[in-house]
Amino acid sequence: MTMTERATKSHRHGAEPADFVFDAESDASIDNILKKYPPDRQASAVLPLLDLAQRQMKRQTGSAWVPRVAMDVIAARLGMPPIRVYEVATFYFMFNTKPVGKWHLQVCTTTPCWLRGSDAVVETCKRATGIHHFGETSADGLFTMTEVECLGACVNAPILQVNDDFYEDVDAATTEKLLDALRRDAPPPPGSMIGRRTSAPEGGPITLTTLDFAPGSVPRGGE
Amino acid sequence: MLNDKDRIFTNLYGLHDWRLAGARARGDWDGTAAILARGRDTIVEDIKSSGLRGRGGAGFPTGMKWSFMPKQSDGRPSYLVVNADESEPGTCKDRDIIRHDPHKLIEGCLIASFAMGAHAAYIYIRGEFYNEARHLQAAIDEAYEAGLIGRDACGSGWDFDLYLHRGAGAYICGEETALLESLEGKKGMPRLKPPFPAAVGLYGCPTTVNNVESIAVAPTILRRGAAWFSALGRPKNAGTKLFCISGHVNAPCNVEEELGIPLRELIDRYAGGVRGGWDNLLAVIPGGSSVPVLPKEICDTVLMDFDSLRDVKSGLGTAAVIVMDKSTDIIKAIARLSHFYKHESCGQCTPCREGTGWMMRMMDRLVEGRAESEEIDILDQVTRQVEGHTICALGDAAAWPIQGLIRHFRPEIEARIAAFKARGLKMAAE
Repeated sequence: MTMTERATKSHRHGAEPADFVFDAESDASIDNILKKYPPDRQASAVLPLLDLAQRQMKRQTGSAWVPRVAMDVIAARLGMPPIRVYEVATFYFMFNTKPVGKWHLQVCTTTPCWLRGSDAVVETCKRATGIHHFGETSADGLFTMTEVECLGACVNAPILQVNDDFYEDVDAATTEKLLDALRRDAPPPPGSMIGRRTSAPEGGPITLTTLDFAPGSVPRGGE
Repeated sequence: MLNDKDRIFTNLYGLHDWRLAGARARGDWDGTAAILARGRDTIVEDIKSSGLRGRGGAGFPTGMKWSFMPKQSDGRPSYLVVNADESEPGTCKDRDIIRHDPHKLIEGCLIASFAMGAHAAYIYIRGEFYNEARHLQAAIDEAYEAGLIGRDACGSGWDFDLYLHRGAGAYICGEETALLESLEGKKGMPRLKPPFPAAVGLYGCPTTVNNVESIAVAPTILRRGAAWFSALGRPKNAGTKLFCISGHVNAPCNVEEELGIPLRELIDRYAGGVRGGWDNLLAVIPGGSSVPVLPKEICDTVLMDFDSLRDVKSGLGTAAVIVMDKSTDIIKAIARLSHFYKHESCGQCTPCREGTGWMMRMMDRLVEGRAESEEIDILDQVTRQVEGHTICALGDAAAWPIQGLIRHFRPEIEARIAAFKARGLKMAAE
């Protein structure tokens, strides 16, 4: 049985894989990551390496999570006691210590999103996926729904983050369409779902409309 | 209305090229070597006299913060650390700088690091900003390739390395010492101060932590002059500021305006007004979730700057304006923030770890009205036992929204309690 098959099987059973080895793609990134920190401060790389492990699990098993064996590998690599890696992995919310679905639905329900209708987004996610509560994975293994705190895109509320991407200005109808597209493995481009240009007001910018970037027009020193 | 020519973030909405060529066309990286040639003391003095106050929430004078860094190294390196862990509910301004104007931030990192004697800087960006981090890393790579940073940055003779570090979903890491702990590979638990980071910061070395916006405005201030910046805004509240207007407005948006703009003008002019008109306004949280809510009668006249908002017992914070119209269950809106702080408490200090949970449960009961009127005072007392009794300001931040609610909306809470009791009596009679 290959490692991928083993990992897939363990994902299905929700159990820990027997081992974890950084693959070539991850290994190529690790050297660049370690170079960012002083030689005697390699523990700084623990967040990036946990992220790398989670991404590798996604590539290999379809589920973005960090099994304990991966934490042990990271501890050995960085010369840290394993417990230090475990406590970091469980302190930071973005590390999944259990398998998640192919599409990780991270619904922001903090006040700015709630004011703009995040309850409807949550209800739509539940209805469309059969998920009953936060933290649950749908029976088909496609979706996990997580309640997240403020995602930092509040003027485009409500936000539904799917894996790495923010879908903004969502409501029940656009959420339903989005979930359909995900089921078809055809995620739309991230950003505003009502065609807004990033954080500009709906209907288009009303500032920054008179700018001229031609040489000589940009304010320089002393002006 | 602020003239477009006086706006710093000319690519706020990403309508133009965010890469180096586009940034240069907008005036970034223009004469950077000449700015550095002025010397670190002159740069710090210029930032001081511009009146720039930190854009991350506390409003501490940026130039003064820079001046705390040691002038002579005792052998330890100095570091600049940029706080891009933007997580304060309501706030989404640094995101636009990072994805649409990354070179302003990178140029600012070089200048600020030079002014503090730092040869290396880290930008700590929240993990959820994955796509934003990709833009920023691409811009950093461009700057290295063009010789703008790295060895002999901009031909200035100053060596400067800039590293991007992604967080992983912890609001507390926006607190500067928790951020340093996190950057060192630990749980994000704030450190006791003193020693302050300028003496003992990252890896035990002198460190200054600045917000993205504070650093990104520095190059423009130094190019156009401290007098230009300080002429904008109001006395002691100088310059322009990115505002995030969210919630019950017709057109939520980010916008750069002068500090001191009336709150009503900000909402009406830029965000399409309050849903249902100004008279439909219930309340505004003017500076991100940590600052106390303001009722409409204060919103009618208050100015959006540090001192004006402090005078009405709230704060400018991150200038994240959360608008709530009369359809809002204001108790529930604040209770949701109590859930947020409970979720984000690092658990290190007892008053915060226990207090945030206690306050959250109490707020949940008040949402239902399942409480006694006297408990409002008990809740207020508890917020004051948390406030000021913790290592960092998260305890304060959890306390203030509740204090603001009780200060301005006590009748609503009492009515909710009375309604709950009335329902109980009716059921008992049936």
